Amino acid sequence: MVSRLEVRKTYKLYIGGNFPRSESGRSYPALDHRGEIAARVAAGTRKDLRMAVRAARSAQSGWAARSGYNRGQILYRVAEMVEDRAAAFNAAIRLFGVGSAGARREVAGSIDRLVWYAGWADKFAQVLGNLNPVSGPFFNISVPEPTGVVGIIAAESSPLLGLVSRLAPVIVSGNTAVVLASEQWPTPAIALAEALATADVPGGVVNILTGPKDGMVPYLSSHLDVNAVDAYGAEPGQMEEIEQAAAGGAKRVVRPPRTKLDWDKAQSPYMIAAFTEIKTVWHPKGL
Amino acid sequence: MSTTVSTALRTSLPDRSLTPKTVASYVGGVTPVDEVGVTERAAALSTRSVKRESKLAALDLAIRMCDLTTLEGRDTPGKVAQLASKAVQPDPTDPGIPSVAALCVYPNLVPYAVEALAGHPVAVASVATYFPSGQAPLEVKIGEVEWAVKAGAGEIDMVINRGAFLSGDYYRVFEETASIKEACGTAHLKVILETGELSTFDNVRRASMLAMEAGADFIKTSTGKVSPAATLPVTLVMLEAIRDFYARTGRPVGMKPAGGISKAKVAIRYLVMLAETLGSDWLTPDRFRFGASSLLNDLLMQIRWIQEGRYQSPDYFTKD
Repeated sequence: MVSRLEVRKTYKLYIGGNFPRSESGRSYPALDHRGEIAARVAAGTRKDLRMAVRAARSAQSGWAARSGYNRGQILYRVAEMVEDRAAAFNAAIRLFGVGSAGARREVAGSIDRLVWYAGWADKFAQVLGNLNPVSGPFFNISVPEPTGVVGIIAAESSPLLGLVSRLAPVIVSGNTAVVLASEQWPTPAIALAEALATADVPGGVVNILTGPKDGMVPYLSSHLDVNAVDAYGAEPGQMEEIEQAAAGGAKRVVRPPRTKLDWDKAQSPYMIAAFTEIKTVWHPKGL
Repeated sequence: MSTTVSTALRTSLPDRSLTPKTVASYVGGVTPVDEVGVTERAAALSTRSVKRESKLAALDLAIRMCDLTTLEGRDTPGKVAQLASKAVQPDPTDPGIPSVAALCVYPNLVPYAVEALAGHPVAVASVATYFPSGQAPLEVKIGEVEWAVKAGAGEIDMVINRGAFLSGDYYRVFEETASIKEACGTAHLKVILETGELSTFDNVRRASMLAMEAGADFIKTSTGKVSPAATLPVTLVMLEAIRDFYARTGRPVGMKPAGGISKAKVAIRYLVMLAETLGSDWLTPDRFRFGASSLLNDLLMQIRWIQEGRYQSPDYFTKD
C-alpha cells in the first residue's frame, strides 16, 4: 500500500475577504523554536499593502454604517469561531516554543478579549460621547466616530493575543484594519484570518498581511488613504521614521507603550477611543 | 440621402449601387473573428510591464486622451462649469499636468460647456441621437445633432441603431449613420456601437466596418450605461477593424473605449494594445480617446505616487 502524503496548507494573505498569494509570488520561512521551518508564509510587499488598503477603504463606510449592536454580534461570532478552532490555534502557538499551558492561556485570553469588546460595540458611544452643557438654546452633542482605515503593526512576541487585543478595539467602532502580522510568528494571524472569514465579518473589514515588515511599514505610514497607524508592535527605534512619514498626511499615530505590556490586562474602552474622532454638533432647542 | 451614402462608400465599394442587398452582402463579407485568439492576445498584451519613465509618459498621454464625461440626469450648469475647470487644469496644484482632450456632456449642457471652455484647448463633445438608447425617429436624431453642433459642440458621440443592426437591417444602420455624419458638418463624429448589446465579436467587427464605411471619424465601444462596457478584447476587435479598414482605404479612424475604465493600470494596458495593433501613429488624442469620469483622478494619483513615493488618497483630489 502506498503511504499517504500529508496535504500541507499554503499560508496566504487575507485581503478583501479573499486569500490571495503575495503579488510578488514570494514566500519566506517562519522558523519554529528549534530553528526548523515551521511554515512557508506569503511574503507580502508594498503592492499587497496597497491592495489591502484599497479593500479596507471600500469596506469602511458599509462597516461603520452597521449598528453597533450588529458589529457586536459579529465580533461575538468571531469569538465563537476562535473557540471552535482552539485546538488549531493552540498548535499554531506551541509551534513557536510556547508551552501548552501558555498557549491555552493565550487562546482563551484572545477569545475572552473578543467577547469583552463585542460587549462594548453598542456602549462605547454612550461612555465616550456626551451632551455638553452650554449656555444658549442649543443642544451641544459630542459623539465618537470611527477614524477610518487603521494600519496595525502587530506585536512580534504575542502572535494571537497581542493581535486580537489591538484589532478588536479598532474594528468595534466601525474602523477597518490593515494588519501587518508578526513577522517572526505569523501563522496564528493567518489562522485568525480563517476564523474571521467564516464569522460574517464583511470582506475588507480586516486585512492581514504577512511578510517582511521593513518592506511595508514605510508605505503604510506614508499612505495617504490610511487614517491612523497603531504602532504598538513597532520597535522604539522605528518611531521617528513612522511619525515623520505619517505627518505628511496628518495621520493619527498611536505609539507603543514605554514599559513592556502585559497582554493579559490590555483591554480598555480608551483603546477604542484612540481610534475614534469626536464629532460635536450644535442643534437648536425648541421652546 | 443616397448621394451621402454613395460618397461614403465610394472608397470601398466603388462600382456597386447601394441597396439593402449590397450593404447586407458587404456586411456578410466581413471576415469573422477568432474569439479565443482575440481573448488570448488581449490577455497576453495585459501582462506587458511598463517601466517607470515610460509609465509617466503613458499617464501624461492618457490624461491628454481623456474625454472627461458627465452623462447624468442630475447634471447642472454648475457641475459642467466645475468639470470644465477640471478639464482645463486637472490638478490645480501641478501646472505640469496637461489638459484633457474634451469635455463630454448632454446636448442641453453644451452651451454651458462652450462658455466655460472658451479660449481653452479642450474640445466640447456632445452625445446625441437619443443617447443612450437611440430609439427615436431619424429626423429627431438629426435635429438633435444639428442643435448640438449649432450650440458649439465640436465632437458628436452618436449611438447606432442596435435594434436595426440586430434584426439584420444593416442598410438602415448605414443610412442613419451616414445621414448623421452629414448633419455633423465639420464636427467630428464618434459612433458608439454599444458592444455590450451586440453579443458577439463578429457583430462588433461588422458594426465597426459599417460605421467606418458610413463616415465615422471615431468608433466607440459603449455608452457606459450598459454592462459590459469597454473591455480589452472588444477593443482589440475594433482596433483590428480600424487597421484593416485603414489598409484598404487609407483613411485613419480613431478609437474610443468608454465605460468601466477607472484605473490607470488598465488605461496603460489599452495604450499598449493600441501601440501594438495600430502603431505609434495612433498614440495621439486625435486618434484615441478614453471615455471616462473616474479614470482621470486615478491617473493623477498614479502620477503623484511616482513623484512623491507615497500612496495617495482620493480625499486629496477633487471629485468633479
